[in-house]
Amino acid sequence: MLKTFSLGGVHPAENKRSANSPVEVLPVPPVVSIPLAQHIGAPAQALVKKGDEVKVGQVIAQSAGFVSANIHSPVSGKVAKVDQIVDASGYRKDAIIINTEGDEWVEDIDRSAILVKEITASPEAIIKKIGEAGIVGLGGATFPAHVKLSPPPGKTCDVLIINGVECEPYLTSDHRLMLEKGEELLVGIRLLMTALNVKKAIIGIENNKPDAIAHMEKLASEYEGVRVQPLKVQYPQGGEKQLIDACMGRQVPSGKLPIEVGAVVHNVGTAYAVYEAVQKNKPLIERIVTVTGLSLARPANFLTRIGTPISVLIEAAGGLPDDTGKIIGGGPMMGKALTSTEIPVTKGTSGILLMPQPLASRKPVDPCIRCSKCVSVCPMGLSPYLLMPLAEKAIWDRAEEENIMDCIECGSCSFTCPSSRPLLDYIRLGKAKVGQIMRSRTATA
Amino acid sequence: MNKLIVSPSPHVHSGDSVQKNMYGVLLALVPALAASVWFFGLGALIVTLTSVLACVLFEHLIQKYLLKKPSTIMDGSAAVTGLLLAFNLPTNIPLGLIIIGAAIAIGMGKMSFGGLGQNPFNPALVGRVFLLISFPVQMTSWPVPIAARGAYIDAVTGPTPLSVVKEGLAAGRPFSELTAEIPSYLNLFMGQMGGSAGEVAGVALLLGLGYMLIKKIVTWHIPVAVVGSIAVFTGVLHLSDPQAYASPLFHLLTGGVLLGAFFMATDYASSPMSKRGMLLYGAGIGIITVLIRIYGSYPEGVSFAILIMNAFTPLIDKYIKPKRFGEKPAVQKA
Ligand code: SF4
Ligand code: SF4
Repeated sequence: MLKTFSLGGVHPAENKRSANSPVEVLPVPPVVSIPLAQHIGAPAQALVKKGDEVKVGQVIAQSAGFVSANIHSPVSGKVAKVDQIVDASGYRKDAIIINTEGDEWVEDIDRSAILVKEITASPEAIIKKIGEAGIVGLGGATFPAHVKLSPPPGKTCDVLIINGVECEPYLTSDHRLMLEKGEELLVGIRLLMTALNVKKAIIGIENNKPDAIAHMEKLASEYEGVRVQPLKVQYPQGGEKQLIDACMGRQVPSGKLPIEVGAVVHNVGTAYAVYEAVQKNKPLIERIVTVTGLSLARPANFLTRIGTPISVLIEAAGGLPDDTGKIIGGGPMMGKALTSTEIPVTKGTSGILLMPQPLASRKPVDPCIRCSKCVSVCPMGLSPYLLMPLAEKAIWDRAEEENIMDCIECGSCSFTCPSSRPLLDYIRLGKAKVGQIMRSRTATA
Repeated sequence: MNKLIVSPSPHVHSGDSVQKNMYGVLLALVPALAASVWFFGLGALIVTLTSVLACVLFEHLIQKYLLKKPSTIMDGSAAVTGLLLAFNLPTNIPLGLIIIGAAIAIGMGKMSFGGLGQNPFNPALVGRVFLLISFPVQMTSWPVPIAARGAYIDAVTGPTPLSVVKEGLAAGRPFSELTAEIPSYLNLFMGQMGGSAGEVAGVALLLGLGYMLIKKIVTWHIPVAVVGSIAVFTGVLHLSDPQAYASPLFHLLTGGVLLGAFFMATDYASSPMSKRGMLLYGAGIGIITVLIRIYGSYPEGVSFAILIMNAFTPLIDKYIKPKRFGEKPAVQKA
């Protein structure tokens, strides 16, 4: 029996249409828009102003605290303005807009394809470099990577878990990365192991990517302490807590971080970015983005400069299908519906998914029939059928007692409900409210 | 281009629906229906047809004219109640009683609480128990299988294996002697005995359960807990005195245990939501069933046991929560 996490889970149609499309390099777009808030934590502070000349790889916005990240220019050219644009959140946010001229890089970036295997940097130097390079969790969480490499005092990490699960349907960027950049990825994992001072790393990969499992297993055999863990296809296996449970059988307690059970989790994309930053001195200025959808002519994986409008990617993948009803940044289970095609790719954009009508619309809501399916699928062991009315009726103390804050917003409950009830919509609302109440309580206590 | 839809995640749905589940239950009941028609012929047809039609009609009328809302009969749940009610009636029961039973099941058991998902008790059982208490004679005369196939009201009746054994044991006769007067275990399993329309053929009910499990309409917890607890309880009694107490297999194959465990106890609205709650609820049904059978005046007991445990469902849901992630203590290596 293949391993997986212990509670709940669903298996949505995989639809990995772009799984066999090798990564293509997307041409540098004429204009890029770079939001200052593209990671969890404080937005970066702009270092450039209108009219400034910038090169590829130059820092254009500076990390604004420990939980924040630098942003580098993904193109060379002239800053057109620092202004507000609508980003993936649907709100207007600060961004740097650059008109591209040529493709001139900062000198000390090693752009060659030569594999640099030997690790010379000290753990401190690696962490520092990762911080400088603006690396964040590339699986979509966008948590600044260097923060996770600095365990709080008193906690030790004994295993690094690398997330190559890609449990979201449709998305294939991590899959392609493992197939095409496996060597670099493993050096990146080694760097992370050095930084964390751990002897063991486990790469979790779901069984729907047998080629990636075989490839990574072969490569990993040359790296001591690194092994591949094939996993049963089950959503949300990419959730940190679920992945640790699946790979090691350790369950992170409620309200705690993975370090509590001695684990740190990083995505394969992040590990690759770490390789580039430390070994090649290349900051995070581009990423692989899957562009896909059931009606799309040519689903593809593009190596895309950050800041590229998604319209450019959609055009390159065969153009926006007429029946498009929804554009999603990320996967169908946890991604965000985007308001326009001019929204730029950011560090967290793992995919662009075009949902055709009528799939884009929700089904009419029926009353709860108490089938208990939402309970069965919840990976956190919650009672979504109960949390929804509690949030609806604003009974916050009861919602807290029912552990609403444990919800990882995976959407398995809403996905499953035969009555199509918007369970997660209300649970999300409840989490925001209960979180607020809990914070104000600790503030006054 | 169309206007882009913006809504929160998830953006996909399993495609499951209320209808799929209800029609799935109906499909799962088809083997038992076929067995019923095979054993009880005309009577089975008349009883099931009347019950289903009456339940659907009552729901339609109540929803449309009393509650003035769109009719809900297409969701299939009224038909499920109708079929299950029929399966719990003898096949020679007069039409009028079926219609009264259907009115009670739908009107009192389901709609008065707010319809699908709101009923605290299994509606079909509410109808059945109402009839059992009000019309005990008609509700406990059982046509004999196969021989009475061509008849309805005037079908030849005979005792059920359960009543033969219950009365025999009460009269002090040993169980081994009584087994000679009832069908073999194999015939019991195949359904060749007197009993309610849909309860007799264990094999057909098992097929239906298998279908529901594959289609994820129900989980194994309630059926296994009911069957398991009855097997254990009667097994212990039987072992303590094999002649004074019937065997566990006999108990499981007679008196509607399997129909109750697979199809009645698993009613969504009236059963608990957590797996642990389901196990407790199922075990409760099993234990109460055996207590009624051994110490009560009714030979069977599943219906009452389910209704009693239905009443405990809100309490079970309040105190028995699903197993949480992280409940298992984390093993931190030193
Ligand atoms: S309640 Fe939260 S964690 Fe549980 S299934 Fe729903 S979204 Fe996922
Ligand atoms: S899945 Fe939907 S219908 Fe079923 S119990 Fe949960 S909320 Fe109710």
